[in-house]
Amino acid sequence: MSSTLAGWLQALALVGALALCYRPLGDYIAKLLTSAKHLRVERGLYKLVGVDGDADQRWPVYLRSVLAFSALSILFLYGLIRLQNHLLLNLGVPVMEPHQAWNTAVSFATNTNWQSYSGESAMGHLVQMAGLAVQNFVSAAVGIAIVAALIRGFTRNRTDRVGNFWVDLTRICLRLLLPLSIVFALVLVANGVVQNFHGFHDIVTLGGDTQSIPGGPVASQEVIKELGTNGGGFFNANSAHPFENSTGFTNWLEIFLLLVISFSLPRTFGRMVGDNRQGYAIVAVMGIFWVASAALITFAESQHSGSALQAAGAAMEGKEQRFGVAASGLFAASTTLTSTGAVNSFHDSFTPFGGGLTIFNMMLGEIAPGGTGSGLYGMLILAIVAVFVAGLMVGRTPEYLGKKLGGREMKFASLYILTTPALVLIGTGVAMALPGERAGMLNSGPHGFSEVLYAFTSASNNNGSAFAGITVNTPWYDTALGLCMVLGRFLPMVFVLALAGSLAQQQPVPATPGTLPTHKPLFVGLLSGVVLIVVGLTYFPALALGPIAEGLH
Amino acid sequence: MSSTLTPPAPVEQEQAPHRVSGGLLDPQLIVKSLPDAVKKLDPRVMIKNPVMFVVEVGSVVTTVSAIADPSVFAWAITVWLWLTTVFANLAEAVAEGRGKAQADTLRRTKTDTMARRLVNWPASQAEEEVSGTALQLGDHVVVEAGQIIPGDGDVVEGVASVDESAITGESAPVIRESGGDRSAVTGGTKVLSDRIVVKIASEPGKSFIDRMIALVEGAARQKTPNEIALNILLASLTIVFLIAVVTLQPMATFAGAPQSMIVLVALIVALIPTTIGALLSAIGIAGMDRLVQRNVLAMSGRAVEAAGDVNTLLLDKTGTITLGNRQAAEFQPATGVTVEELADAAQLSSLADETPEGRSIVVLAKTGYGLRARAQGELTHATWVPFTAQTRMSGVDLDEADGVHAVRKGAAGSVTSWVTENGGTVGQDIATLVDGISAAGGTPLVVASRVGTAAPKALGVIHLKDVVKEGMKERFDELRRMGIRTIMITGDNPLTAKAIADEAGVDDFLAEATPEDKMALIKKEQAGGKLVAMTGDGTNDAPALAQADVGVAMNTGTMAAKEAGNMVDLDSNPTKLIEIVEIGKQLLITRGALTTFSIANDVAKYFAIIPAMFAGVYPGLRHLNIMGLHSPTSAITSAIIFNALVIIGLIPLALRGVKYRPSDASSLLRRNLGVYGFGGLVVPFIGIKAIDLIIQFIPGLS
Repeated sequence: MSSTLAGWLQALALVGALALCYRPLGDYIAKLLTSAKHLRVERGLYKLVGVDGDADQRWPVYLRSVLAFSALSILFLYGLIRLQNHLLLNLGVPVMEPHQAWNTAVSFATNTNWQSYSGESAMGHLVQMAGLAVQNFVSAAVGIAIVAALIRGFTRNRTDRVGNFWVDLTRICLRLLLPLSIVFALVLVANGVVQNFHGFHDIVTLGGDTQSIPGGPVASQEVIKELGTNGGGFFNANSAHPFENSTGFTNWLEIFLLLVISFSLPRTFGRMVGDNRQGYAIVAVMGIFWVASAALITFAESQHSGSALQAAGAAMEGKEQRFGVAASGLFAASTTLTSTGAVNSFHDSFTPFGGGLTIFNMMLGEIAPGGTGSGLYGMLILAIVAVFVAGLMVGRTPEYLGKKLGGREMKFASLYILTTPALVLIGTGVAMALPGERAGMLNSGPHGFSEVLYAFTSASNNNGSAFAGITVNTPWYDTALGLCMVLGRFLPMVFVLALAGSLAQQQPVPATPGTLPTHKPLFVGLLSGVVLIVVGLTYFPALALGPIAEGLH
Repeated sequence: MSSTLTPPAPVEQEQAPHRVSGGLLDPQLIVKSLPDAVKKLDPRVMIKNPVMFVVEVGSVVTTVSAIADPSVFAWAITVWLWLTTVFANLAEAVAEGRGKAQADTLRRTKTDTMARRLVNWPASQAEEEVSGTALQLGDHVVVEAGQIIPGDGDVVEGVASVDESAITGESAPVIRESGGDRSAVTGGTKVLSDRIVVKIASEPGKSFIDRMIALVEGAARQKTPNEIALNILLASLTIVFLIAVVTLQPMATFAGAPQSMIVLVALIVALIPTTIGALLSAIGIAGMDRLVQRNVLAMSGRAVEAAGDVNTLLLDKTGTITLGNRQAAEFQPATGVTVEELADAAQLSSLADETPEGRSIVVLAKTGYGLRARAQGELTHATWVPFTAQTRMSGVDLDEADGVHAVRKGAAGSVTSWVTENGGTVGQDIATLVDGISAAGGTPLVVASRVGTAAPKALGVIHLKDVVKEGMKERFDELRRMGIRTIMITGDNPLTAKAIADEAGVDDFLAEATPEDKMALIKKEQAGGKLVAMTGDGTNDAPALAQADVGVAMNTGTMAAKEAGNMVDLDSNPTKLIEIVEIGKQLLITRGALTTFSIANDVAKYFAIIPAMFAGVYPGLRHLNIMGLHSPTSAITSAIIFNALVIIGLIPLALRGVKYRPSDASSLLRRNLGVYGFGGLVVPFIGIKAIDLIIQFIPGLS
């Protein structure tokens, strides 16, 4: 079977599997977010931390809860990393520098999982399990909680309450992420992903060299790494490492896992707003970008220009022989379009256009389908912008799902779409203006610039994948990228929750034939166009100096 | 509810596509507005428009650069950037200029009149002469034929014909009388006959004319909610592009191609949404202006915007949906009577009936049965019985050879009693006809005759019905497609109301409506999140007018109604509510369309400017120069010139509003996306290329 055919079949199987999960999983999440019943274990937890599970929060309170929880997460993780040499199962790894520990703590609490360290040489098993894996769960849950609050803004009327963060967080972890993780971790283990508490094994290779190979609780972390769109690898090689990603099937499964929740959330949205067609429209836009991107990246990578590429039949540098071009392209598109950032091939080695597309995917703002929760709220914000402009063109004050988009709503939506471009561009601009920091680049010219652009795009959009090729473990990069991650994660959340509060207070406007329909192909096309134009116009100059300049001869 | 009798507009005007024209853009007006446009360059004024403020700052920066390091290119960019700013101001100035012209006309009518104030009226008739501006709220003044009414108020004594052409432009005089719904008079209008006493209802300087002047001049203009929301979006896009360009410089420096200040400013101006930024306020002013041209005064821009959002229209039956009065529609003879006999008797008995209903019977007999209307004088020996509200009958007694021929026509009950009192009986056939007409929502009038002293005989029944204005059904279908529900308000009983509602094709009706019912209906609709528009003229309409989101008061109405509504229709034509809704929609569509156009334009500008900036260091980028522009400097200059010219080119569209045909949201969106979205992508490619073909010959740009 040719690699291309295999790629097509994998993609088809993926679409089929995601389509199968769309309804049951989406409905299940909607149910757990709206049910009035608490599980016994949940009630116990609420009692333990002193939370009233039946309370309903105003948006500022919801926001404070999110921020307090995330701040604690960062502090706890920072402490754990810095103190790990005093704790169990530390494998004797050296203590991490403060700037790198800050970067790592922020990275995992913001669902970014940017790694300026190498997993096997910097983290003991305890930190991996009790620190990083825990954040993989809760940071994913925070994203879903935020989008739940936004959806409640659409569904609720004349109230200032948007839900209870602690209940949302607990339920998403206990009822959604944990059960799925347990099932799929077992599947991964069954297919060869390791799960043990071994330290390093010294092995003599065929060439006669010695190699030190670590074991560890990999499968349990691997599954939530994908499912929660986190992406932080147990090993430095991430999903290219055979212990993390052992076979073609596990590779397919990992792509499926990193997409499944984000692609099912539009169903949750449709269900909660009482019109499933709204969910179909949103998922259609996400699907269009995902399919187009996967196809384009694979196409770019299998173009044979240059003698080395012709000899190999494709751009094979930096790609796993086990997976081939198609499975790498599919993985690269999926990981950069969700906020995952796991990699099974090295994006720095992609062709200029293939690599450029991975940057462009992230610049879309992680919305197709994006990170767990964050993808949907990002897409809904762009939908609001699209509805605003299109709504004017049908001669009414724009309204989305019965809620009017006035000055207040547009203020928050505008601030949202302003945040990440500002972080990416200012971050990249400052890095390029500092001669000392630029020295970190492996390459010169447009490719070197792409490496820096990629780093800031990845951090600000909470993707976490790296183009690699630059030395980012310097105090400056660790600090700057850490700031990008924090601001890129929490500022948008502030605006989303404020928007949710503003929407919830409104009285809904009944739909009439004069109302812009937001479930039809015309709207799908419009929203896709708005996404493309807004992102394209913002980043075109930067992309022109990086991948486009490199790719055009 | 009084009816305002406006003759129905000619059919072709009603059904013509509602292309709302704004009059041609007068080149003279542009020249006249130029000084105002330059005056608006004051940064304190410009800051209110963030997009154009950025352009102005950019113009200053390039001017400084051009002085420090002069070149043809630098000066070309500088000049065109200043022109861009001036063009934007020109759009606003032209829009305001049209209002100013109107205000001047109004102001001329506002000559300082002397008022004859009545001291201690009505106890005494003592008068004193005071200046019109000295009148206080509650003063009484007397105005006689030939004098100008000194201030707004209500007639409290007398009746007069008044020439209101100064404010309505309508030369036919109107009647104003004390009491009732036609008591309001406007300062500046002229009494043509008789004498009235007016109680002043406005404070000096706050009269209706004063407010009109302020409105059309735009002095009272505030940004509307939707304009604010759009401004926020535009400001954030501006910031995004500012960041994109400012951070581009270090990237460009790394690439070995640092850019000059002139080029960076040019890129910013090309990218930020200048087209819509420049035209935004002109669109709003022009929207109000289009209403003024239709003789509607909106008290705020917010009301115009709300008109576009209206979900429910409350329309008075009389005058809006139906012609003013019921008309005879057919003659239904009793058994054994021919329809011609009935028509003849009906006509004879109606000759003395001067009510519109009576006239319509004479007309129907003439047009339907060829019976010439006989003048009352040509029938001698006739004793006329005129119609009165008490008898509810009219008729004639003709002295003929065989005795007196008495013919009567009137309300079923009255004629039936006339017949029975004179010894006759009304047959079951008549009763059936009467019930049938009533059930269909019509009014039955019975015709009976008596020869000599014989028993009178009922000849048949006249069917009077409301005549729905032509084209109304289509209009309501159109409204339904736009998502607007129409509710007919009438004082009729539910049966009658339903019949008319069905015929006119309205969605719902409110029968036997009292002002309280109306108010309750508005509140019910609003509780469901709907926006309601209505018209009204009586004092008892005032609370409902105030409650409605769009309340259009008729100019013939009372001062209280005019105060309560947020629009005044100087023509007092209730059908105009539909046009008002369309103008509101058109205003929003124009904003959306130009925003889309403006943003879509950026694509082409990138393809012009980016290769011009970087093809030198990265030759591959010359592939992006798909327009094949002559040189980097000519490419950038072309983009900037296009950017400026497109503002001028779109001023007429901004003032006139985009073409609007009532239809559902999807087809509107498809059309406007096609024209302004796709057009916005394509037009600049052509425009920039065309400009480049010309300016490449300018030395210094090639």
